[in-house]
Amino acid sequence: MKPRPRILIAVAGFVALLAVAIVAIGTAAGPARRIADAGTPGAVSLAPGPRLLARSLAADSRDHLISVATPDTGGGRTVSTTSCVRLYAAAGTGICLRLDGGLRTFEAVVLGPDLDPRRTLPLVGVPNRAQVSPSGRMVTWTVFVTGDSYNGGHFSTRVGILDTRTGELVSTLEDWSVLVDDKPYEAADLNFWGVTFTRDDGHFYATMSTAGRRRLVHGDLATRTLRTVRENVECPSLSPDGTRLAFKSAVDGDPRHGWRLSVLDLAGGTVTPLAETRSVDDQATWVDARTVAYALPRGRGHADVWHVPADGSGVPRLVIPDADSPVALAPPEAPEERAAT
Amino acid sequence: MYLSTIDRPARDTPRPRRRARPRRGRVAIGPNVLALGAVSLLTDVSSEMVTAVLPLYFVLALNLSPAAYGVMDGLYTGATALLRLVGGYIADRTRRRKRIAGVGYTISAVAKLGLLGAGASAPALGAVIVADRAGKGLRSAPRDALITLSTPEPLLGRAFGVHRAMDSAGAFLGPLVALGLLSIVGATTPTAFDALFVTSFCIACAGVLTLALFTRDHRDEHPRAKPVTVRAAVALLASPRVRGPVYAAGVLGLATIGDGFVYLVLMDRQGFPAGWFPLYAVGTNLVYLTLAAPLGALADRWGRKRMLLCGYLCLGIGYLLLFGPLPGTWTTALVLLCLGTFYAAGDGVLMALAAPVLPAALRTTGLALVQTAQALAYLASSVAFGFAWVTWGPATATRVAAAAVLAAIAVTAVVLTGPTRTPAPTPEEAAE
Repeated sequence: MKPRPRILIAVAGFVALLAVAIVAIGTAAGPARRIADAGTPGAVSLAPGPRLLARSLAADSRDHLISVATPDTGGGRTVSTTSCVRLYAAAGTGICLRLDGGLRTFEAVVLGPDLDPRRTLPLVGVPNRAQVSPSGRMVTWTVFVTGDSYNGGHFSTRVGILDTRTGELVSTLEDWSVLVDDKPYEAADLNFWGVTFTRDDGHFYATMSTAGRRRLVHGDLATRTLRTVRENVECPSLSPDGTRLAFKSAVDGDPRHGWRLSVLDLAGGTVTPLAETRSVDDQATWVDARTVAYALPRGRGHADVWHVPADGSGVPRLVIPDADSPVALAPPEAPEERAAT
Repeated sequence: MYLSTIDRPARDTPRPRRRARPRRGRVAIGPNVLALGAVSLLTDVSSEMVTAVLPLYFVLALNLSPAAYGVMDGLYTGATALLRLVGGYIADRTRRRKRIAGVGYTISAVAKLGLLGAGASAPALGAVIVADRAGKGLRSAPRDALITLSTPEPLLGRAFGVHRAMDSAGAFLGPLVALGLLSIVGATTPTAFDALFVTSFCIACAGVLTLALFTRDHRDEHPRAKPVTVRAAVALLASPRVRGPVYAAGVLGLATIGDGFVYLVLMDRQGFPAGWFPLYAVGTNLVYLTLAAPLGALADRWGRKRMLLCGYLCLGIGYLLLFGPLPGTWTTALVLLCLGTFYAAGDGVLMALAAPVLPAALRTTGLALVQTAQALAYLASSVAFGFAWVTWGPATATRVAAAAVLAAIAVTAVVLTGPTRTPAPTPEEAAE
């Protein structure tokens, strides 16, 4: 081809491609701005009460925190101006994992009762799980990080724990002492995720994976020790009375076969599969002593919040359409319960 | 019109022991190499901008678990290595190197749109990612063969250096473009990612267009002397002078541990927040793209084998520095400098070293063989180093790795002592 037509074709082609890209970016930018402005300030509170909070996935309010009354009183959802990709709250303290504006990295924000930011910590990696201890003192999160090359550039996870009273931060569990079946254990491929706190704020349960096996571990903040409890228990979530763990159990012990939402009785060691038979890849949350809630993905970029009885009976019920990251703001604790801790 | 032909030194006289020196100050990089560099740059911007945000996309936009991504990620390593050989062989057999490379670039471009079409279906997304990697596997060897065919032999190091510098500049820019775009769009909704994938597709198409319009195939310059058959391709390995670079690539690949391990040690030693983890790779890439062209040119004057071995020496020093006496910041800076220098002195130079000993008719297959040997050995060494790390701890493991690098340098020095001189050029080659 002669140089001149060749250059003309190239210029025409580049201009056309540029135009397509600009149109694509422009079309996406408009709705994104409208979503960013959604919500009402002060519409959502973290104060304990009979409400469920969640992250909206609806097209007009994506990522914004929403609040729904329980039982559903027909009041619909209240939308806040605060956006998070994962959230949890208890006793007036919230943890919100979100993008931090400019550089497209993430941050963890500790929220007060009125969603007022109290402390912000940069996160490395993509946020995945978040929990707050029942007293509201301890907050924890899990992020997925890439680059740890023992797993060939795949994802690994990292847990952070913050004591909101002392400000003390645990930035990873990977340097803690690990006891597998009561024997000291060291490995480079330790991964932790899905922390859930006990009522005393000094202990927690979490998932540990190493050498292809995933185990439930019990952690002690004072001694910085993790002790394995049993296998195939992922993303535990402690019941309000501290006796049971809701978790996702890999079907046939293999995560590629999906997960079955189950409840472990800590004292007796029995596992009860719940009535939800679809694969649940989420850290469930207790709505009350008898019910757990969880998100189930639906199509591209959507999910719904469902709940199901915690004793294996009944059927799953849809509680909040087009939302994920549910958390129940239980009513204030009864005085005798508080005395017991 | 090819500047490379102007600069091509006469080659019918027996070559002196030292390589023929290109004259200083001349533009010695053919437009074909620059155009191929531009294609690589655009393609790398396109693919790295997607790679950088895929974890975000899977987790935030699709609500998929990252484990699903990990499973897909494991699919393609083996497939890519095999496809390199297939692509190389077909390119040699048809002698349509540009076309095979073009098919590879096009597959990867279309895969960007496939991400839109796959929706949230994990198997479909896996297929799209495999297709993208297959495109990469298919195009690498034909592209490198085109570079060798458009460059006089004494200037190969510089040509590969320039190409690799442009290539890594694309890899460097890609994540920045992605971040900039997500900042403009202002959210990480599925729609925002759609815009990103469409943009990535457009940039990849610009690369394909550049390839189609501004690069030239060298199909007719090497009339086929011997038929290109599978048997001939296998027979490549029987030739000691071809075996030399293949063994060298394998041995050197075995001595290289994953960069991730190095960055992990740096992070642990410096107590950096893990958030800065990606910045280590940025540092290495900056050194790489800065030094690739000058070190490639230097290799042409000073000896490619020597440059390659020096690169590996840098790598060994880098490994030793990890648990050396220097304070944290100095350790980080010097280790990244060593890593970047190693890539600049190794990657393109190895191709420049291998190309001249390969028969022209099977050059693409031969280059694919070298790349595959290195990739597979590297995969094996990463696994082995993982075990060493767990068994002996990082300090001992990195020192053992440094020792392995020294051993590899010694072995390479021996296996590459064979006749690495160019086979006497055919009249067709000389007349190119």
